[in-house]
Amino acid sequence: MMTEKDFPDAGFDTVQLVPKAQAREALSFLKNELGFNVLVDHTAADLSKWPEAKEGRFELTWRLMKLDPKTGLVERRLALKTRVAEGEDGPPSSKDLWPNADWAEREVWDMFGVKPSDNPSIKRLLLYEEFKGHPLRKDYPIAKRQPLVEPMAAPRERIDPKELRPKLVDS
Amino acid sequence: MSDEFESRGAEGSGESFRTPGIIASRLDDAIGWARKYSIFQYPFVTACCGMEFMSTAGSHYDLDRFGAGFPRFSPRQADVLMVVGTVSHKIAPILKRIYEQMAEPKWVVAFGVCTCTGGFYDDYATVQGIDTIVPVDLYIPGCPPRPENVLQGLMLLQDKIQKQGRHPKPGTLRPPVR
Repeated sequence: MMTEKDFPDAGFDTVQLVPKAQAREALSFLKNELGFNVLVDHTAADLSKWPEAKEGRFELTWRLMKLDPKTGLVERRLALKTRVAEGEDGPPSSKDLWPNADWAEREVWDMFGVKPSDNPSIKRLLLYEEFKGHPLRKDYPIAKRQPLVEPMAAPRERIDPKELRPKLVDS
Repeated sequence: MSDEFESRGAEGSGESFRTPGIIASRLDDAIGWARKYSIFQYPFVTACCGMEFMSTAGSHYDLDRFGAGFPRFSPRQADVLMVVGTVSHKIAPILKRIYEQMAEPKWVVAFGVCTCTGGFYDDYATVQGIDTIVPVDLYIPGCPPRPENVLQGLMLLQDKIQKQGRHPKPGTLRPPVR
């Protein structure tokens, strides 16, 4: 059982790391008990070049904000983080807590290949269905392209260089 | 010619259309002249270059004085495909389809550095120059290009249209007719 003491307020940029098994419980506690009513962003990072990768290659982040409903002013901010090992699913979806988490989770799946454990048939958000792999992983080849339209030869191979003569309007 | 048209000309200007007159020209020149001053453009606007395109098309810079102020939002009625902004691999099939739907003669303008080469988006998502998908007639670099830059490009395109004559081959550059 979580209490308020588990989430001390360390100022504007409070960051809290929780184990993956507790992440969903922590999120629902933060939403329902501590009143974090805005999910600012949900994203991920690939830590594979970092020493932290031993605890899990991917770091999922939920940036939360608590707005006073009367004044609209920010009362508190908190970033909740958790680590997910390669090949594993993330914690269950939090779209029932904040509806905008749905697209954010789809983006995390699209870019990093980490999906919520209760959404096995998740779809890509930004890229096309034909795309193979997850481009923001550090092991995605940086020069790899997956065009849908077969590229034509470059113009310099298509056009006779003698025809590429500079032309000016006034002269 | 109807009688009404002839009599109006006679009343309004004091001149009669019955007066014989001859304009001599090469057919290629006449058609090129007509085409270059009646560009119907299809704006394929995907990104931030669109702002500069709007600025160019607006009253301050006024594309209309080149006869190119009339955007057609159907590719079947357009002459010039203005590709304005970053083209991703996801939208590339749509761009190609729109190009194929346009009737001949047609020209393609790559507006901004992203359409010319991909710009600084050298990544998984972006087409590295739309000339890998459709033949391009005119490149306007810049991030975004200033309206003056666009207008110079438009004049170069008009120059090209004028010199191409009756049967322009899409995507090819011809040596200027001297």
